[in-house]
Amino acid sequence: MSKEYKRSDGRKNNQLRPIVAKVGIIPNADGSAMFAFGGTIAIAAVYGPRQLHPQHMQNPSTGILRCNYDLLSFSVYDRKKPGPSRRSNEISKVTEWALAPALDLKEFPAQVVDVQIYILQADAGTRTAGINAASMALAHAGLPMKDLICSVAVGKNDKHLIVDLTKEEEDYEEGEGATDFAMAKLANHDELTLLQMDGKIQPNIVKDALKLGSEACKEVYEAQKKALKEVVNGGEEK
Amino acid sequence: MSYIENENNEAHEAIRDSEDSSDFMKRFVVVPGETIIEGEDYLPGEGTRREGSKIVSSKFGLAEIAGRVIKLIPIFGAFIARRNNVVIGRVTDITYSGWLVDIDSSTSGFLPIDESPRFVNRNEMDQYLAIGDVIAAKIWSVKTKGIDLTLKGKGLGKLEGGFIFRVIPSRVPRVIGREGSMVNLIKDKTGCNITVGQNGWIWIRGETIDAEIKARKAIELVSEKVHVGGLTDKIEAWFMEEK
Repeated sequence: MSKEYKRSDGRKNNQLRPIVAKVGIIPNADGSAMFAFGGTIAIAAVYGPRQLHPQHMQNPSTGILRCNYDLLSFSVYDRKKPGPSRRSNEISKVTEWALAPALDLKEFPAQVVDVQIYILQADAGTRTAGINAASMALAHAGLPMKDLICSVAVGKNDKHLIVDLTKEEEDYEEGEGATDFAMAKLANHDELTLLQMDGKIQPNIVKDALKLGSEACKEVYEAQKKALKEVVNGGEEK
Repeated sequence: MSYIENENNEAHEAIRDSEDSSDFMKRFVVVPGETIIEGEDYLPGEGTRREGSKIVSSKFGLAEIAGRVIKLIPIFGAFIARRNNVVIGRVTDITYSGWLVDIDSSTSGFLPIDESPRFVNRNEMDQYLAIGDVIAAKIWSVKTKGIDLTLKGKGLGKLEGGFIFRVIPSRVPRVIGREGSMVNLIKDKTGCNITVGQNGWIWIRGETIDAEIKARKAIELVSEKVHVGGLTDKIEAWFMEEK
């Protein structure tokens, strides 16, 4: 594994695409945020805690989290048919599991916190951008959280470990092909909340991949933190 | 890592500041999971928790160091009803046993007929409170089924005249100020009658419309300037300027 592997867009192997993060973009929501990795743009809105209907879903001991992820129809080259699909249902569920460990809804029995995540523009890594946006939106909604969630995709092109893959890199076919390894973790703890993989990877490299991802998550965390702090007084100093 | 250390230096400075002048305390913005301060000497207050030797924030908001206690003041988010909160609401429906009141919370409030301070005839409930009337009520209990209200208490009851408006619910403590200092200042300066509901609804009635508008402006100013310390003095100065 040479460190000088040149990627198609000229990035270093551990370099993320430019991050844009904003908080408070949807005035009607209780909390909202936008997060972008280069050409992948995700927005998230949080509503609640509020009364949960249908009633049979209510949990009398704690509030629950409900996520909905979807690609907007214009976010990809071939128009995405609107409405839930097998893929978006899966990612909604996975996002919910990735966010839930950070959230403490014990104070809100039988209630629900709704998170809507939409992808405005997709260039691989949409679930990770969605999770990052949702995590900021949940914090913005003033909910009790253990930590922020940072998410990033690591992967492999042939034999080279890389971070934050683009669509082009995801479709890489030479040598060992492409591996996409989406992960999410608690920002200040070594606890992973999401780990998904597409493709192949040697067991002895998995550790390296996770380490690379954790390092990248720190960068994501700084961006999230900055965006949240900026919203308090429009960027001006205290 | 260096960033977190900076935060801590700030926090230590904040303590020194608070020793210099007990009234002024430095507040700074923290995100969930961020270390507010390190050391065994401090006690985690509301919205914070202890993790090893660190005091860590559990919410997004302003961290405040008051002596040894670390507190977190939330600045965003929906209203969360708690027992004994005084709220302002609007009657939306009359049932056979009480009134339904919209209090801008996750569920609407219910005011039983027995919780009115005087006897109300069941057949003439709208004589006492009609649909659309605005009341100041106290939250009697919060259950999963709903929120029960009462009108028994000082300063509670139907609000007549004046007008109501909203601020972000989590900024209400700032509007009220320490032991009511802020709202009392505004009352003094404008001569208005003000009731602040914990749900962010605020009712103002004054002698003149000008006084009412002035009071509203002052309150909106307070709710915007979440991050400023020693705000009571600043508002006092603002009133001087406005005169």
